[in-house]
Amino acid sequence: MAVIETRNLTKIYRVARKAPGWLGSLRHFFRREVQDIVAVRDLTFTIEGGEVVGFLGPNGAGKTTTLKMLTGLIHPTSGEVRVAGFSPWKRETAFLRNISLVMGQKQQLIWDLPALDSLRINAVVYGLEETTFRHRVAELSELLEIQHILNQPVRKLSLGERMKAELLAALLHFPRILFLDEPTLGLDVNAQAAIRQFLRAYNERYGATMILTSHYMADISALCERVILIHQGTVWYDGPLSGLLEKFAPYREIRVEFHQPIARENLQRFGEVERVEGRRAHLIVRRKDVTDVVAQMLRNFPVMDLTIQDPPIEEIIRRVFALPGHSPVP
Amino acid sequence: MKRYLRLLALFWSTSVAQEMEYRLNFLLALLSSLGSAAGGLFGLSLFYRAGHALSGWTYPEAVAVLGVFTLLQAFSRALLFPNLNRIVDHVQYGTLDFILLKPVDSQFWISLRILSPWALPDALMGSLLLMWATWQLKRSFLSLMGALPAILAGILILYGLWFFLASLTIWFVKIYNVTYVLQSFLEAGRFPIGAYPALFRWFFTFVLPVAFLTTVPARQVVGRTAGHVGSLVMAWGLGLLLFAGSRMFWRFALRFYTSASS
Repeated sequence: MAVIETRNLTKIYRVARKAPGWLGSLRHFFRREVQDIVAVRDLTFTIEGGEVVGFLGPNGAGKTTTLKMLTGLIHPTSGEVRVAGFSPWKRETAFLRNISLVMGQKQQLIWDLPALDSLRINAVVYGLEETTFRHRVAELSELLEIQHILNQPVRKLSLGERMKAELLAALLHFPRILFLDEPTLGLDVNAQAAIRQFLRAYNERYGATMILTSHYMADISALCERVILIHQGTVWYDGPLSGLLEKFAPYREIRVEFHQPIARENLQRFGEVERVEGRRAHLIVRRKDVTDVVAQMLRNFPVMDLTIQDPPIEEIIRRVFALPGHSPVP
Repeated sequence: MKRYLRLLALFWSTSVAQEMEYRLNFLLALLSSLGSAAGGLFGLSLFYRAGHALSGWTYPEAVAVLGVFTLLQAFSRALLFPNLNRIVDHVQYGTLDFILLKPVDSQFWISLRILSPWALPDALMGSLLLMWATWQLKRSFLSLMGALPAILAGILILYGLWFFLASLTIWFVKIYNVTYVLQSFLEAGRFPIGAYPALFRWFFTFVLPVAFLTTVPARQVVGRTAGHVGSLVMAWGLGLLLFAGSRMFWRFALRFYTSASS
């Protein structure tokens, strides 16, 4: 059953335009010129219950605007949107009880008090009984491995612990639909992995639908079978992640460390040289050439260490939009 | 309703617990409250020592006005300042999003989230001034209680005005200190409204209803009850109107925050 449905969803912001300098400010004061900025245009997609979908796109693509329309924080300019059968912008109680929004760069926990105090407030907000509350805190904090820190003031927690506590606060009412905006922003690799693992467990255990934006490829590849690529406010790709990589980014990144410095010129015949720093080099190589290139390198150069990985998501996205002749899927 | 009461209890206990981390604030609040009351009393004593009387109000009667003023100051320190002056932060840092996504009335949350314990000295000082005035005037304790409805109306009026100005920050983030302007006008409420020249009297009754905030409740305390029922009805009418207005205005302001207009 479709949990989220949008049809021709569009959001246009009206912003004031001002010429630079004091003269511009003066003119702006007397005669305000406004400009329409299209943040999201004709977005159409359907998400089924229990799906985990990643929203990809460069900064300013319209990802956050879309999330805000799906959660009901902003009102669409035109088009239709239904989430769990509700019109989000009405923010009806029954709708709000079913969703949750986690924002990596904002926090809802009270800074000076233990996280448990904030959790208690949320428990009353969502009308949880004391026993249910205790039960859920125990269950979720065990999954997140943060039982021991719930009694410490939030300001004393590390960023990773704080994010886990934020997740706990956001999930206390067991939302059926979870929106995550950059949930692993700024976390170290271990904390990122822990959050990912938790989200996967939550999805499996409760069958929750999740929509996630992230700049980290690992988040997307670990969690999302399906990605929606948004650029300039429209859908460019909607399908499995592997299809996206095949279609738009048939590249791998090779990082090599040599015994002695190798000149850039000597590496250029293998692929695009991204960077050479002393004995280290980063190359971008077409996926199908990877084995070939690695074999040749090992044969011709004193290689000390070599790793192959997916290029960062920003890099893929940059390449997608730098390619000529690509247009949104109809 | 029960959920809201439980929520309020948690809101206030957590915010008091949070403020208790900063104990020095209590001393500062105490000093500020003492200083403010001493200043008010000194000002009054200058008038009365010289044989003037403020529009026929005796010294203890004028102290009663100051007492009501101090009580309202306690209310604004306890709730209005800490909550409404933070609306601008909620807008700037985007934490308003969290509030809007909770299945709770957002105006309730934003107006009552924090109770500042530092208003306590003002509340005590205001009560002391009022008790001294009733004792001097040989009025009964009951007459003091009789002023409660008028004080409640004053609280509603003050909240409505303050909330209206504070929620303007949804459009104009830069005017976050507009409530200080309101506050300085409200200072006029330290003295009986009759003491002001006619034009000011008119202004402080019909434009900025300071008269309803302090003079009307004080009249009940000191027993100047001629025409009091009429003023009380007007105060409540105005208070309810401003409160209803604040609810409508908040809904309207949110439509802009959530961009329903474009």
